[in-house]
Amino acid sequence: MTMPLMRPKRKNPVQRTRQMNVPPWARGRVALSLTAAAAEGRFELQLCRDCGRVQYPPREACGHCTSPRLQWRAQSGAGELLALTTLHHSNDLFFRERLPWRLGLVQLDAGPTVVTHLHGDVTAAPARVSVGARLDRAGRAVLIAFPPEETPHMADDPMLREMSCDPRMRKLLVTDGMTAVGQAAVRALVKAGADLVWVGHAEPWKRHGSGLDDIASLPQVTLVPLDLSNERSVTELAGEIGGKVDIVINNAEVHRGFGIGARRGTDAARAEMEINYFGALRLAQAFGPALKGRAADGVLNATAWVNVLSIYALANFPPHGTFSASKAAAHSLAQCLRAEMQPAGIRVVNVFPGPIDDDWNQNLPPPKLAPEALAKAIVQALRDGVEDVYPGDVAQEWLERWRDDPRVLQRELAAGG
Amino acid sequence: MNPMTTPNAQLLTQLAAALQGGGIEVVDLTQTLSPEFPQIALPPEMGQCWPFRIEEISHYDERGPGWYWNNFSCGEHTGTHFDAPAHWISGRHLPHGTVDTLPVQRLVAPACVIDCHQQAAADPDYLLSVADIEAFEAAHGRIAPGSWLLMRTDWSKRTDPEAYQNFDETGQHTPGPSSEAVQFLVEQRDVLGFGSEAIGTDAGQGFHLRPPYPCHYYMHGAGRWGLQCLSNLDRLPPTGSLLITPPLKIEKGSGSPLRVLALIAK
Repeated sequence: MTMPLMRPKRKNPVQRTRQMNVPPWARGRVALSLTAAAAEGRFELQLCRDCGRVQYPPREACGHCTSPRLQWRAQSGAGELLALTTLHHSNDLFFRERLPWRLGLVQLDAGPTVVTHLHGDVTAAPARVSVGARLDRAGRAVLIAFPPEETPHMADDPMLREMSCDPRMRKLLVTDGMTAVGQAAVRALVKAGADLVWVGHAEPWKRHGSGLDDIASLPQVTLVPLDLSNERSVTELAGEIGGKVDIVINNAEVHRGFGIGARRGTDAARAEMEINYFGALRLAQAFGPALKGRAADGVLNATAWVNVLSIYALANFPPHGTFSASKAAAHSLAQCLRAEMQPAGIRVVNVFPGPIDDDWNQNLPPPKLAPEALAKAIVQALRDGVEDVYPGDVAQEWLERWRDDPRVLQRELAAGG
Repeated sequence: MNPMTTPNAQLLTQLAAALQGGGIEVVDLTQTLSPEFPQIALPPEMGQCWPFRIEEISHYDERGPGWYWNNFSCGEHTGTHFDAPAHWISGRHLPHGTVDTLPVQRLVAPACVIDCHQQAAADPDYLLSVADIEAFEAAHGRIAPGSWLLMRTDWSKRTDPEAYQNFDETGQHTPGPSSEAVQFLVEQRDVLGFGSEAIGTDAGQGFHLRPPYPCHYYMHGAGRWGLQCLSNLDRLPPTGSLLITPPLKIEKGSGSPLRVLALIAK
């Protein structure tokens, strides 16, 4: 039985904040494909297209027939725990600080035998288990053997919490509470057990009719002035609360539905860039260091950074062309942020929604993503510790087409989608 | 005659002495340009005036070890600012209608200040009426041609941006002049322009007047000027102050942030 997470005692302010030592992060090029799949929440292994065997660990060629024709395929993860052991000693700093640590040997039904971390509710071998791939604090895929059925408080397992970013009991910043997405995110986070949600709002004189006052009445919510176009506003807020924020959710965006020809001048494009790109940069410069410094700060450590991007970041949607360009820039910056946060043990979650059902997509036909569905996807991503999220049908379809061939997608979009 | 001893030259010498001696006081009617000061808000599908933004170039640091300086950005109509006739469509074809060409001789001009602060406190949508102007003249004399007409509302004392903007779901509620008052000031009194403490020379609900935004429409249509986001109007006498209002010399500029100074006799 997993012990439910208890609210820890307040931190002793005269002791040094513990620093993060990430687990071993080096992986070969082939093995990073395991990580790429885990980043989206899937457990994939190589399947040999010649002999049909599934293999682990990942290699350049099939270990059985030497064929190079290997394909990554999603796995169910069902298997048999053959043996387990408990580490009481490790020279690796990450594990040394978290001992004892349990490991198991699992024979997957698909064939290979894998070494896994063990969920606390897997207690004895032999036993049926379900193996999943998760990202560890270094942002690399690791395998975990779970009990085959859901158990009470399963997510509160200490080992699993090292892999996830559960918002429960944590303190979060949602950067824009004036939008439907921001308000839905705040509600979803409160429902998920967030301890405190700071909610940014720019230009407060525009709050009437925005719904901001409704979320402000939630006891977990504290409104804070935050305008990502204003460097001083961002640094001041970071100075006030940066040392307490465990998860940043940057949902602030400007979205205008124009391409190049439909709008004279650069004002709308510049406003999009000012928030979607430069705003994200200001936010990361101001809040990033404090988050990195608290990545190992107890049970409720700083843990994640969420960027609400757009599926248009992958390929330009010409009717919303300048918005697409700003999100592509934001996506590129998010990759830089991930590279800088990963060594510190902070997960950067990039969310790529399709068109959201809001004012600025009023003229687009459905399917459109409900703000509530997007909020739910964000909470789920944090719980599962995934890095890349493509919520909704449109995002999924675009992703598939983009993976299939981005050049074809580009031409389809140029022809109207 | 020695040009230094003409009556006008003596006047300037006396003015300089009065300024140095404190007999004439300089009052700053300008709001500080800061990122927190709100900018005018239009429907979001329209083009927007940039707020004031400022970012460091260097601050005696690795970006510039011995010096401190900033880059800033804003719109022509950000903060305490000047409206030139070309700002409005009614004034678009007038000569000298932009800030780079307007006659500098008139950038130093007398001002009349009508006190509406009690009315504005009772009614944020308060409109300055012709009757208010007539009452002012009955007490302080006829408004001289070429004067600024400043509407004191104490609106600048609303230091909270939300209270200053004063929006609800029907838009902005700030005081300004009635359509009739503007026409009276332009046609009957030949004023130089109209100045307001609120974010526009027109009332917050000015879109619903006839014509919409009458102060912009008539003043600029007649080549007159506007000043908005003024402060310290409560420190000016009803008549007798002298305003110094030079906007930046922006090529074909429709307006400009500026420092507005008033000279008052002590």
